[in-house]
Formats: sequence, structure tokens, C-alpha cells
Amino acid sequence: MAVTEMQSGQVGRSLPRRESTAKVTGRADYVHNLRLPGMLHIKVFRSSIAHGRIKRLDVSAAKRLAGVHSVITSDDVRKLIPEPYFGPAFHDQPILAIDKVRHIGEPVAVVLATDPHVAEEGVALIQAEYDELPGVYDEVAGATATTYVHDVLKPAGTFPDLKHLQGKKNTNIALDYQLRRGDVEAAFAKADHVFEHTFRTQQVMHVPLEPMVSAAEPTPSGLTIYTASQSPSFVRIEIARLLGWPENKVRVKVPHLGGGFGAKLYIKLEALVAALALITQRPVKLSQTMEEQFFTISKHATTFKIKSGVTKDGKIVARRCDVWWNGGAYADIGPRVTQKSGFTAAGPYDIENVHLDSFAVYTTRPPAGALRGFGIPQLVWAYESHTDLIARALDIDPVAIRRKNILREGRPQATGTKMKDAAIEQVLERLAARMNWDRPFDRGTGTVKRGRGVGIGFKAVIAPTTSVAIVNVYADGSCSLYCSTVDMGQGSDTIMTQIVADVLNLPIERVSMVHPDTDVTPYDMATLGSRSTFHMGNAVKLAAEDAKGKLEALAKEVGLPAGANVPVGEIFKKKYGMQAGNVVGSGSFIPSYKSPDHATGMTDNATPFWMIGGTGAEVEIDTETGDMKVLRIVNVADCGTPINPRIVDTQLSGGAVMQLGFTLTEEMQFENGQLRNPTLADYKIPGMRDMPAAMENEAVSARQHDGPFGAKGVGESATFGVSPAIANAIHDAVGVRLTELPITPERLFRALAVANGKPLKD
Amino acid sequence: MSNTSRLVNFTLNGRPVSARVDMHHTLVEMLRTQFDLFGARESCAQGLCGCCTVLVDGQAVSGCLYFAALVDGATIETVEHLGASDRLDPVQQAFIECGAFQCGFCTPGFILMTKQLLDENPNPTEDEIRHYLSGNLCRCGAYPEIIAAVKSAAAKRRATA
Repeated sequence: MAVTEMQSGQVGRSLPRRESTAKVTGRADYVHNLRLPGMLHIKVFRSSIAHGRIKRLDVSAAKRLAGVHSVITSDDVRKLIPEPYFGPAFHDQPILAIDKVRHIGEPVAVVLATDPHVAEEGVALIQAEYDELPGVYDEVAGATATTYVHDVLKPAGTFPDLKHLQGKKNTNIALDYQLRRGDVEAAFAKADHVFEHTFRTQQVMHVPLEPMVSAAEPTPSGLTIYTASQSPSFVRIEIARLLGWPENKVRVKVPHLGGGFGAKLYIKLEALVAALALITQRPVKLSQTMEEQFFTISKHATTFKIKSGVTKDGKIVARRCDVWWNGGAYADIGPRVTQKSGFTAAGPYDIENVHLDSFAVYTTRPPAGALRGFGIPQLVWAYESHTDLIARALDIDPVAIRRKNILREGRPQATGTKMKDAAIEQVLERLAARMNWDRPFDRGTGTVKRGRGVGIGFKAVIAPTTSVAIVNVYADGSCSLYCSTVDMGQGSDTIMTQIVADVLNLPIERVSMVHPDTDVTPYDMATLGSRSTFHMGNAVKLAAEDAKGKLEALAKEVGLPAGANVPVGEIFKKKYGMQAGNVVGSGSFIPSYKSPDHATGMTDNATPFWMIGGTGAEVEIDTETGDMKVLRIVNVADCGTPINPRIVDTQLSGGAVMQLGFTLTEEMQFENGQLRNPTLADYKIPGMRDMPAAMENEAVSARQHDGPFGAKGVGESATFGVSPAIANAIHDAVGVRLTELPITPERLFRALAVANGKPLKD
Repeated sequence: MSNTSRLVNFTLNGRPVSARVDMHHTLVEMLRTQFDLFGARESCAQGLCGCCTVLVDGQAVSGCLYFAALVDGATIETVEHLGASDRLDPVQQAFIECGAFQCGFCTPGFILMTKQLLDENPNPTEDEIRHYLSGNLCRCGAYPEIIAAVKSAAAKRRATA
């Protein structure tokens, strides 16, 4: 069937989110709301230290408390699951701590009761004693430390690039990705200038406003898990593996999510609730508090040492990148972050010689995983700050130096993969145009200074991954889409049904959405990394086209002339003599991909598509106080051809607002392994008054040739450039450079004081 | 139920109701466990995010901090009372038209606060909107669209006033 381009159909329209009415009336379905008959609430007793051996665990008082149903420790779990370790990359995370704790807040025991307040009281009665071990907190020191977070590495076996780590001892490095292109040392020796800087990012948290929540219920045929998860298919596979069951005994259901951002990926609370439901033979539910989320998952802190050789006219000829990722106590998906972001750590520039090392490092902090960008924002922070510093040192305009070096269509990227459908240049030019870059800029007066800056980044999508979709056409011509993509607010329900409506030429109201339910909806790798529009979008389109083809065949079978404009309901009636029957179309999509060579990091097919995002910032700084206002943020992205332009727009501004928090205020603060600020009172996410006065977004005119209707992912793109754009704007305004996030007024004020020759005491 | 529980009588979304609550039960907990109302929801549990916003005698409060035992004799209104799916309040309509939410978890709180803002100030400036809604957090970052929705709702209400 010919691919139909946007015409009069549903694709390309800014339809409101399909669940809009449910959301504004407070009736949207979240696991948060779920109550099961006879349900026990779970409360968790957590480690109070960062690293140590469990010497004694006394749960007797908790067990005696009136109203407590049971108290469970790893001893009970191991009777059900002898090897209760889970994780997507490594089987390293115990359902409850076994012998040892590895981070503050690690689950050690649980109390179950029908009244959650009783369970909480029970937790307060549990006592633990530990033999404390030295902590490993810093990612760079941790890479060579002799205190080991894990005695032996246990890769899950699903990723070929982790196999060489199987059984490895005496290391905290959970993945070492390297890329070698050309000869950087020779190029540095020949370069006119060599620049080297180190940049750091802090550990932050996703803070979905619906805190992580999962429930499980034993059933006659197995187990049903209700979970606020971004990856129902993975949860089923992993729970089945832990239990030694076939997949079909585990059912995973996911309604809407109250935010995800990567926090609710892979497997989080599901293994615990599954074990507890089977041990107690009761429905159980674990609703985390906001505080508990901070102990569950976070975004990697990083250290990035970047070195560039540059000609006197600003051409970058060599770049060396050393990146350390602070993975915390359990690998989660950190090794994937390390490798995939490693591909692009040298930036969207055409550089002949690249030497790159990227290390995932176990530490005794709460685990780190994916957060809106899979590591890319940390990298762009460094390489775009560095690029700006080079421009300033050589007295070249920051946009001009990027124009000179930018990766153009058809040129090989650091991995050797040739750029295709990557509108990097266009993003840069549209950003410069919207920022009025070639026009004079008001630099402020007196003690109030203004500046502006840009940052631009790109990302390879996680690959290879699979999506499967089913379109079920009913006898009246209406239909349902069965799809395991999770709508956590990004609008996937809406755009996926727009695709179906467009292919089947239906009004959007005639297409309904069946939410993820692994007994019903087919496999999807996960809702992550801006992959759904491209991967699931393609699968959905194939499924709808399959249904359309079958409807056409059915019409022919019942004797209708080809192209006859007969309502679908009439075709069914002719076939079955009444309103009866179904036509089921299915579609499965996996793009091509080639794993990088382990020794060189090279591959000619690093990604099914590229995401490109650039941000410009204008700032105003009070040099007497260090107070800074972000006056204007401009986000420009290449997301192919939008399926729903308004949703794309909200993804761009939403991504930028989130990254603004990571840039200016958010930081998990640790002291001796203790987290000092796991509450919204002390961990400041952006509110309405933190918004810049002006925020504008643009999706450049572009097309992903193999995307559904020319579309590709957008959820992360506006996070890339925000942090360096602001740091570059600060440098532009007041001549100081901040190399560490977040950029607080205090840090800025201290930097100003140093620049003025009057450094402040600590 | 412990011996510290007490019976409270109040008006909930226009109907007289009663409930037996413990002294430590919060308003939001009572609404979900005893009345199946899920529009007000606990998130930060510190009264800082606005997800649990409930109107008590017309005044917006943080339902996660407000003790259920205190509602005896009060009139309680939740987002569920504001509009049904076939007759939405102008604020709800404006939120839909402006795409002023993503995950929707914070949305009932924003809508109730917006309604209260417009009751007090039918034509707020952008500064006034930002100030009034600063106690509501949206992690999806739909703030530009929320500001647009408040302005649009104000215009709708003025047009029909």
C-alpha cells in the first residue's frame, strides 16, 4: 500500500489529548487510585547508612504490633525466589537487602497491614545494626577505589557489550565504553591550540508528582501486577524470570502515569510487590512517598574531562572525552546510558580525531538510571560549555564557531555512522535567527548585566528495540488500538490514535485506545528515550495498514467493486449477515542497527534516527548579589514532521522547564552518604515564578524518511541545550565561567568574587 | 477504628454526608478511602505542590495537611464537583483548549486554584497569575500553557458574566 502523506486526515492536527476531559475532571485512572479487596499496604524499613554489613535485624516488635499482618525480610523472599536479584543490565539489585546495604534508603524489610498507618508504625519498631564499610561517593575516585560496592559483577546477559564483565571482581566499573577514531595525540601535537576543561553535573531526581506505586494480586492462574510503569512488557519478562514462570502467568496492567521521565522504567517496585503478594497470598500495594522516590532512582552525577585541539581559525581537529557516570549502588540502565551517550560525547561536530572513554561507576549512593535524555544533557552541558570557551579564547563568535564545525548531512559522526535526516545545521540557524544573533543586544547597565548564549546537542536513539501493535476493527467500523506504549503525559495515546484514524480514514472519535495490559496488548520494549513515536508509531501504522488491507480483501470477497465507497459496517454485514465479526491488523517494527565494535566503538549504523535540540538563553544578573533571571528561552528541535504540533510544542517547553530546574536549583545533597534534602521543601523543582518571562519553541521543517508520516521522537530534545546556553549567557554577561551544576546564586556570586580578585571564604 | 475516632458531618460536593475518621486522618485520605474521590491526590505530603487542593468553605486548602476531623459542619468541594464531562466549567474548558496539562496529576489542583483566583480577580495580569499559582507545581512543565489557559478562562467568564 502506498504511504499516504499528510492530507486531509488526522495526522498533523493539533487535537487535544484524548483523555483531556478525564484529566480536568479529576477522573483519570492512575495506579495511585487503585484499591483491591483485602489489600495490604506495604511500608518499607530502609537502611540508615550508605554502606555496611547487616549485623542484626530485629523485627520482633513490629510483628507483635496489633494490626500488623506480616513483616518480611530477605530470608522470606529467598524461600520464594532463591536468587532474588533484578535489573535490566545487571542482576545486581536484591528485592530486599541481603547481608549488606549499599546506599542510604535501601529497602531492608517491609511491614504489611490493612491500615497503612499501622504498617508505618510497625516500620518504626524495626531495629537494625550494621558493621559500617567505607562509602564510595565520587564517580572518579570510585572508578579506582579499593572499596567495592559489589563483590562480583553479574551482567544480565541481555546486552552483548556487557558479557565481558561477567564474573569480574575487584572493580566498581559496570561498563567501559570506548571509541577510537584517528589519532588524537598526534592531532593535539599539531594543533594551534589545545583546550582542556572539566565539567560536573549533580545527582538529581525525576520527581514525578505521582510517586512510584505498584500493586500485585495473586490470581488462580498466576499473578497480576498493577503498576505505574513505563515498561510493562519488561516487567512481565523480568518477574517471570525471577519466579521461573512462563510469561503468560504474569499479567501487567498500566493505566495513565502521573509523570515518569525515566523514573518508572524497567523494574522498580514490581519485584517486591510480586514477591509479597505470593508470600502473603493477598493483594498488596506499595505507594511510595515523595521522600522514598529519592532513594529509589535518580539521574547520574557526572564528571566530564574534555580536551580539544583547534586550529587558529577555530576548526576543531581533535577531541578527547573522559566521562565518569555516578551510577549509585545498582546499575539499573546506567551501562546503557554510558554506552549510548558515549556515541555522541564529542558533540554534533565534524571532528577527524576522537578518543572517548565512558565509565559507568558503582558508588554507594541511591541508584541512577535514565532521566529525560539518557545522559545526553550531562554531555551537552560539558561539550557546549567547552565549545563556547574555545570560541571566546579565540575571539570567534559562538555561533560562528559552531557553523564552522557542525556535522553536516552525509558526514560521518564520531562512530563512523553517516548523518542522515539530521537537521543540525537548520536547528542552529533557526536558533540564531530567533535569538536575533546578528543584531545588537542590550547588555544592561550598572550592576545589572545581560548576556546571551546557545547550546546545541544531539542524541542517538536506544537500539535495537521492538514495538508491536494491533488494530481491531469492529463490525460497525469503529476500532481499538492495542498498544503497550504508556501515556505518562507525553501524549502517545493521542498521536497513536491519530495515526490509526489517518490510515483508516476515520474520525478520531471512532478509534479507542486499549491501555497496556500484557495479557491483551502486544510487546513493546518500553516507553523511553523518545522512541515511541518512531518505533510504536511505525508499528501502529503497519497494524492499521494491515487492517485496511484485510478490509479491502473482505470487501472484494463479498463482491464489492474495488474502491467502492461502502461503509465498513456494510462489508461486515454482507459477510456475516448481521453486525458481527472483527478484522484484526497487526504490525511489528524493529529498525536496523549495528552494535559498535568493542575495541574502537565504531559502527556504520549507530542509530535508527537522530534527535537534535538547541536552546538559546538570555539572562540578567545582579552582580551585587549573584541573583540571576532567565529572561528568555528559545528551544529549537528537529523532530521530523510533527504528528500533533501542539503536543510537540508542549514537549519542547516541558523538557526545557525540567532542565531549567536541573540547571538552577535541583541537587540531591549528600553528607557522609546521607541525603539531606529528600523533600520538595528542600529540593526545589521549578514553579511558575521560576519560568522565564518568555519561552518559545520551534520544530524545524524536517522529515524523517522512515518515520511514521515523517515523524520521530521529541520528548528529550529540548533538555539538551538549556544548561550550557545559560552558562554561556552568564559568561557573556559577566565574564565568569561556571563548570558545575546547579548554577545557584551563591556559586555565581562566589565566581564573581573570584573574578574581582576578592574570593570569599568557604 | 480506634477509640479516638469521631463522626464528622459535612456537605460534600453539594450533598450532606457523614464519615467516621481517626484524628490522624487527613482530608485527602478520607476523600479517597471513604468517598472514592481521587481528584485531590497526595504527592509531596507537605502542602507544597498543590496536587491535594480541596475547597473548604470556599477556601483552597492542602488536603494532605488538613485533618479530616476538622471538616465537621464545613462545606467541601472537590474538582469532581466543578463540572461533569458534558458540562465543563469554563476553567476546565480553557485548560483543554490550551493544552494546559500533560500527565494530569497536578491538574485538578491548578483548576481549583484558578477558579478561586478568577472568583477574586476576574481579570488577572500575568504577574498576578504567576503569583497566585506559585503554590502549585507541574513537573511536566506545562506552565506556559497554564498561564494561557487562565487568561482564556478569565475571558470566557467575563464574556458570560
